[in-house]
Amino acid sequence: MLQVENLKVNAILEMDQVKIEANKVTCIIGKSGSGKSTFLRLLNQLTSPDEGNIYFKEQDITELDPIQLRRMITMVPQTPIIFPGTVRDNLLVGQTLSGMDPTTDSQLMQVLNRMFLNKSLDMPADDLSGGEKQRLALARAMLLSAEVFLLDEPSSALDNTTATEVIDAFTAFVKESNKTMVMITHDLQLAERIADATIDMNQYSLSLDRKEYSNE
Amino acid sequence: MSESDAIDLTLWQLLFAYVFIVILWIIVRVKGIPREKLIIISTLRMTVQLILVGYLLMIVFEHPHPIVTIVIVLFMLGFAIYNVFKRANVIINISVKKTVAVAMVLGISISMIYFLFVVLQLDPWYNPQLFIPIGGMIIGNAMTGITLGVNQLLIGMREQKAKVEGALMLGATPKEASHSIINEAFDSAMLPTINSMVGMGIVFLPGMMTGQIIAGASPVSAVKYQIAIMLGVAGTVSITVIIFLHLAYKTFFNHRAQLQETKQND
Ligand SMILES: Nc1ncnc2c1ncn2[C@@H]1O[C@H](COP(=O)(O)OP(=O)(O)O)[C@@H](O)[C@H]1O
Ligand SMILES: [Mg+2]
Repeated sequence: MLQVENLKVNAILEMDQVKIEANKVTCIIGKSGSGKSTFLRLLNQLTSPDEGNIYFKEQDITELDPIQLRRMITMVPQTPIIFPGTVRDNLLVGQTLSGMDPTTDSQLMQVLNRMFLNKSLDMPADDLSGGEKQRLALARAMLLSAEVFLLDEPSSALDNTTATEVIDAFTAFVKESNKTMVMITHDLQLAERIADATIDMNQYSLSLDRKEYSNE
Repeated sequence: MSESDAIDLTLWQLLFAYVFIVILWIIVRVKGIPREKLIIISTLRMTVQLILVGYLLMIVFEHPHPIVTIVIVLFMLGFAIYNVFKRANVIINISVKKTVAVAMVLGISISMIYFLFVVLQLDPWYNPQLFIPIGGMIIGNAMTGITLGVNQLLIGMREQKAKVEGALMLGATPKEASHSIINEAFDSAMLPTINSMVGMGIVFLPGMMTGQIIAGASPVSAVKYQIAIMLGVAGTVSITVIIFLHLAYKTFFNHRAQLQETKQND
């Protein structure tokens, strides 16, 4: 699905050959500051590497229109982005921005329920708690027609129980709809439980203090 | 507005007006506020600059010439563009500066041509007595508007980076991703003009109208001019700011639709 070759971002990361398989859950683990977020941003074309290539379905992504690419490979950032307006507005904005027709309220309620967010569609989204905003952002991603979901520490603002429920539900959604998921997590047990493959960023990191790394 | 109706100040009357500054200077001196020099210098500058402009305009008005009129307006325009760069309280990089210049030149030319030829229908078209002051007003207002627009756009792009990228992640085009920032910048650029239209005639009498009335014109004819000018100003500010914003937001993105690291100076 995704493949990188000799990828390098100066002073941050260097990856020779990494593959991300279609319809699989890939977890990215690694120390804080090792370059996990940078790697996801590269896959989403929010930044370009200094060297090397990224292929999406065997095609060099620099040959693809970046906006179309982001509609196929979407990303949910670590800090959820909430737009002005209601919960409904926030769910629909993703569809609008990615050029899709907006869905019905009942479908919106469905994704909210899957993310354990029992809130009214008319509620101002700004009134949600941090964890609820994160689940809203995940629910919004579920409404997109993307093939690959890049999730940057989606459970960081959630308590353990909710995190497990939400991540399991998202994983189930990805599996049943034959999508691909790439998730950053610092929770090794979670990674072990749901990941089909794991990428350890520590081994590709240039930003980590070398000494600290070799002491691990 | 024939010359004979105008109320001319005698030299003595004018000198009496300087008493205000003398009083200010004495107060500042007695209080020990270290601004004596500044007061003298700014009074002198104001006096000398206005006298020079007065004589320059007198010469220009007596010998109307299209090239001279246009050169003066272009000089004002150039100075206004320079002022935008200086007065913006954020650092503006070279590509934004270019868009400011393009927008001011385009927006002001379009609206001045329309205003002078369609609305005012001057005869001759380069009549410096109207062309220059009206050009000055339009340029001055566009300058204020675009300065506010530049500030708000740059602040918005800096403070709402995460939101812009959040929209990009959802598949937005750069234009869609900066939509709300563009709108905020437009609002803040237009607000002073809108407010001054609302307060017009009640809170204050605009300078040009006051000037015409003092110079002996009938208030109704002065009002007609003022209405036309206000509409012209509002139109120019909006055209200029819209052109600016629609060129400027693009400079924050590269050809891969990525939000660029804002370079402080290049
Ligand atoms: N825009 C940037 N410019 C320079 N350095 C950056 C930038 N973004 C991140 N970094 C640095 O790159 C390294 C990796 O960051 P990041 O990818 O966020 O790590 P992680 O997500 O693994 O915590 C860090 O040392 C960080 O300071
Ligand atoms: Mg990170």
